[in-house]
Amino acid sequence: MTTPVSSAATGHSPSAVTQRPRRRRSTRWVAIAFVAPLLVYLVVFYAYPLIENVTMSLHRFDRGSFVRGGAPFVGLDIYREVVSDPRFWRVVSQTATFTVVSILFQYVIGLALAVFFHGGQFRLSAALRGMFLVPWLLPVIVSGTVWQWMMNPDSGVINSFLGVFGIDPVWWLNADNALMSVTIANIWLGIPFNLVILYSGLQNIPTDLYEASSLDGASPWQQFWRITMPLLRPVSVITVLLGLVYTLKVVDIIWIMTTGAGSSQTLATWSYGMAFGKGASTVIRYSQASAVGTILLLVALAFGVVYLVMQRRRED
Amino acid sequence: MRRAPWKTPVAVVLTAVMLFPIYWMVNVSLTNRASIRRGDLIPIDFTLDHYGVVLSQQLPYLATSVLIGIGTVLLTLAIATPAAFGLAKLSFPGGRTLSFILIVAQMVPAVVMSLGFYSIYNRIGLLNTVPGLILADSTIAVPFAVMLLTAFMAGIPRELIEAAEIDGASTWRVFSAIVVPISRNSMITASLFAFLWSWSDFLFASTLNREGGLLRPITMGIYNYIGAQNQEWGPMMATAVVASIPAAVLLVVAQKYVSAGVTAGAVKD
Repeated sequence: MTTPVSSAATGHSPSAVTQRPRRRRSTRWVAIAFVAPLLVYLVVFYAYPLIENVTMSLHRFDRGSFVRGGAPFVGLDIYREVVSDPRFWRVVSQTATFTVVSILFQYVIGLALAVFFHGGQFRLSAALRGMFLVPWLLPVIVSGTVWQWMMNPDSGVINSFLGVFGIDPVWWLNADNALMSVTIANIWLGIPFNLVILYSGLQNIPTDLYEASSLDGASPWQQFWRITMPLLRPVSVITVLLGLVYTLKVVDIIWIMTTGAGSSQTLATWSYGMAFGKGASTVIRYSQASAVGTILLLVALAFGVVYLVMQRRRED
Repeated sequence: MRRAPWKTPVAVVLTAVMLFPIYWMVNVSLTNRASIRRGDLIPIDFTLDHYGVVLSQQLPYLATSVLIGIGTVLLTLAIATPAAFGLAKLSFPGGRTLSFILIVAQMVPAVVMSLGFYSIYNRIGLLNTVPGLILADSTIAVPFAVMLLTAFMAGIPRELIEAAEIDGASTWRVFSAIVVPISRNSMITASLFAFLWSWSDFLFASTLNREGGLLRPITMGIYNYIGAQNQEWGPMMATAVVASIPAAVLLVVAQKYVSAGVTAGAVKD
């Protein structure tokens, strides 16, 4: 689940500097005491699992050594195996397709809706905009199962709808179409996030710019390309980058709809499936799962760093 | 601003298209088993039987989810509220670095966290337990809650705190008697989101609490239906409807609290 907090305002007040030194030293210790539980928490519940994950990827675990311990250290062997696995680059390209197509459509549809809701007052505007948040707030298991049923080849409402236009039933969730289907569902999930962020961005564009340009005879189309898009650019960049980070790590919607079958396998679902896949026949491969997870983590953090740099540049 | 009354019907149609999957879920949940595959646009073959199944089968999962949600909220607030005060109002060294870490923390893929937790929990015996899941679920909410509360507390006027300090109040007293009551609305907002995220969590539940029996959350109650022979769509959709209730409540209630959190403030310059 994702959150739209784009920047952390840690309000450092300069007034502490004006206090006398001894007083300042004691408040510093008090401050540390207040923040200490969080620091301990971050070490125990963030750093430790992350280190544990990396450690697992450097040792060769099987079911026995996972329970009893004593897995041998193998350095980067697991990473080499994972990367040279014939599935690896296919999964990477599917992950890229899933992410890029999701974000492209989420952004375009979210922006169109934001512009629609922003320009001109109308009845029910706020209420209907609020309703658009629903897909974002629902548990993904709910959305995932509903989409799965709507995409049922025999009885799904989507195929019934297409049938009205004489289109043959689509086998949505088979190996070839799975990527398209989970991407459609994921676009639906991500539209609210884009709408909310872009709408708030639009509200920060001064309205007199639009008024002045209408007096000069600019059409709405020109206004959109000459005013809205350029002034919205910083917000757009942030939205897309955050979307990248959040979409890369998606497991639930894909796993619930297809268990990562066929073309819908991404790095995140691959990692998840190797460790936690259903079915007794699956060989549990924690080390490989951790290695893929770590690769995913590095990619997500790379985009995260770009995001933070852009965010900071925007604030300065 | 201009008025554009023509937009109302368009907006209604767009919202209807967007929310169609939710309508379809309700529709299927109210349709008799024999007629579900027919795909009627309204539940002509109406029944409430599927909700009867929810009541008879899913109540333990719902109760577990409520328990986990409350636990997650309490833990999140206990960690985040004092930390936010330290960051916003006391001269905590390294606040900028910490806020950087909190943003990065939210970008860590949940599957990576669950792999790490799984291995640790396996060692210390926290697998398939409610406390284990509460601890894991709180990691989704704590960074958000710290950032939300810090942003709010940074806006509390310094005069208010200085006035209390001149009256001899300790820092703890300032925190508990002034800052916490003023921050009530943003604490409620953080709580609502913490509850919703733990309620919605699939990833930690399906990895850290796979074999917890009835002490598993409602997301696992729904997941049980998937992949079973003869997938039972009616009870599954009815359970999904019930599982959506907290989201609906949040939508109605939290919009108010979100804006209240922004505009609150006791003293004006």
